[in-house]
Amino acid sequence: MQSRSPGRRFLLRDRIALLPSLMALVTIIFETARRQERVAANGWNVPGQADRNAIEIRDVRKVFGSGENPVVALDTVSVPIRENEFFTLLGPSGCGKTTLLRLIAGFDFPTSGEILLYGRDIAPLPPYKRPVNTVFQSYALFPHMTVAQNIAFGLEMLGRPKAETDARVAEMLKLVRMEQLASRRTSQISGGQQQRVALARALAPQPKVLLLDEPLSALDYKLRKEMQIELKRLQHETGITFIFVTHDQEEALTMSDRIAVMSAGRVLQVGAPREIYDSPADRFVADFIGESNFLRAEMAGMNGARARARLASGVEIEARLPEGFSPGESVTVVVRPEHAQLVAADFDSSMPGTIENIVYLGTDTHFHLRLDGGEAFVVRRQNSPNAASTFEKGARVGILIGSTAAQILRD
Amino acid sequence: MKARHFDISAQPGFATVAMLTFVLLYLPIVTLVVYAFNAGNSIALWEGFSLRWFISAAQNERVQEASIRSLVVAAIAATIATLAATMAALATTRTRPYRGLTFKYAFINQPLMVPEIVTAVALLIVFSRIKVWTGYSGIGYLLAAHTAFCIPFAYLPIRARLEGMDLTLERAAADLYARPWMTFRRVTLPLLRPGIIAGFMLAFVISLDDVVITEFVKSAGQETLPTYMLGQLRRVVTPEINAIATAFLALSVAIVTIFFFVNRKKA
Repeated sequence: MQSRSPGRRFLLRDRIALLPSLMALVTIIFETARRQERVAANGWNVPGQADRNAIEIRDVRKVFGSGENPVVALDTVSVPIRENEFFTLLGPSGCGKTTLLRLIAGFDFPTSGEILLYGRDIAPLPPYKRPVNTVFQSYALFPHMTVAQNIAFGLEMLGRPKAETDARVAEMLKLVRMEQLASRRTSQISGGQQQRVALARALAPQPKVLLLDEPLSALDYKLRKEMQIELKRLQHETGITFIFVTHDQEEALTMSDRIAVMSAGRVLQVGAPREIYDSPADRFVADFIGESNFLRAEMAGMNGARARARLASGVEIEARLPEGFSPGESVTVVVRPEHAQLVAADFDSSMPGTIENIVYLGTDTHFHLRLDGGEAFVVRRQNSPNAASTFEKGARVGILIGSTAAQILRD
Repeated sequence: MKARHFDISAQPGFATVAMLTFVLLYLPIVTLVVYAFNAGNSIALWEGFSLRWFISAAQNERVQEASIRSLVVAAIAATIATLAATMAALATTRTRPYRGLTFKYAFINQPLMVPEIVTAVALLIVFSRIKVWTGYSGIGYLLAAHTAFCIPFAYLPIRARLEGMDLTLERAAADLYARPWMTFRRVTLPLLRPGIIAGFMLAFVISLDDVVITEFVKSAGQETLPTYMLGQLRRVVTPEINAIATAFLALSVAIVTIFFFVNRKKA
């Protein structure tokens, strides 16, 4: 008896000491279960692999109408969009970018092809079964609800408990800095504030992917700049994959991790902003993103990724060469206006031309030239306070193109 | 400086025509209301102010009965008509345009285009057959007839409201995990409410006011207020008719006013 007593006492003490850790364990199990439940409520359990695609568009075609004049809105588009990426669909109106966004959201269904969300085809699902939320161009805030009710809507529809919904709404209001306006009607707030509510509403249910349909187009210039930074911040803080649709190339370049340039229902190039700007894959991309000079040329010589191109004026310049060209082929050389330099007319290996017009733009000056071959060419030069322009309208000048400034494109 | 826009109110004779129209429109009504308060038995000879005809009308059992019947029929007919009209409006706006849709509009709005007397005669013939077959001669016929001609009046404001509604809102609801029924209940219906109320009010007033179809369809002893008044005019005309008409007018104005304020608060 005597020998067992200390043991028993120890056990009791041990039990008491164990109690907090036990409770902690229970809490952890509970929390994990709840989190599991949350994922299950959304219906999407994300597989735990690194470096995966959030969305994968596979051979998606969308044809509107049938019979005699079907309109092909998307012509066999395939794009992978990575997790946590700020991905932009960029193109002129009618290029199919909004159609693609609508297919991802579920407002329309592809004629053929797959849309994979973390490996699962969501193309046939209705919008309310996709863990994807949209920020609409017109915001589409519910006018009969307050700001807070708007933000809570998605969570309510998912059947989340009231306490969780309230907490999440408060968190969202804080995230978009709208705490003071929670009980306002959406008609009583400004356009920029409506924009932020639309964002908060779409982010509140923690979608796997957030779709943004030209959300900044209704804002004025200054507000748009602010919101661009705000959007980047939100994307960074939430870690959600953003798919952003815009026709504004500047917006696309400043905000995106990667851009898909679209035209006439096709994706022409996918790449980082720098990649797309510096090495456009085709003439449309070079023309649509930034400004470009296009010169007709003939392939005079090739050496790996470099080529010598003979221009119409007879001048040969060195240019970057994508794959798949053969010598003697007639091609287009693209040069960005800021990558060319004005020099004296007799400068060695420069293209001769005449200045037709000089446009002062504050930060820089545009020189509109006519080459001796008859082609137009623009050179942009940054202005500096102590260097006055030495070139006059009508002057004969030379244009010097650096060996990395020019790129060959197919005609 | 010349006016840049054509302004009709600046044309010669505009004020005269406008005044004339107002006088023609309101003079009879004003006269009717004034003589409702006449102390004498004439509707044309003023003999001093009195409320006796209002009291007499209120105490008249046949007036009471007809009023209650009118209100009950109007309430039931307007309710059913509004329900049907809401569904019809949803079905004709929340769909892609297809061949035959215009025909459907015409079909729904048929009572607006077919002369009322034609409908009345047609209903009389059909209903009398049914009465013979079934032996039923209750208020159901009146309700059915009123519901039918009230539908287009309820339909038009509801459809107008639906057409003016931003479809993106419903899309946004679906995007935020609302199933179709929830989208309807939480977004479409609340936004449609002013249209539904307007449709109901209009249908209610139209039913309350109807004479022609009611006169043909009603069974014996099923007087509504308008048919009672018509019957009275064939006999002795006392300011009691004016008093009833004035009360009727007050009710209509009240309904429209309430609707106006309800709607303004929502907007």
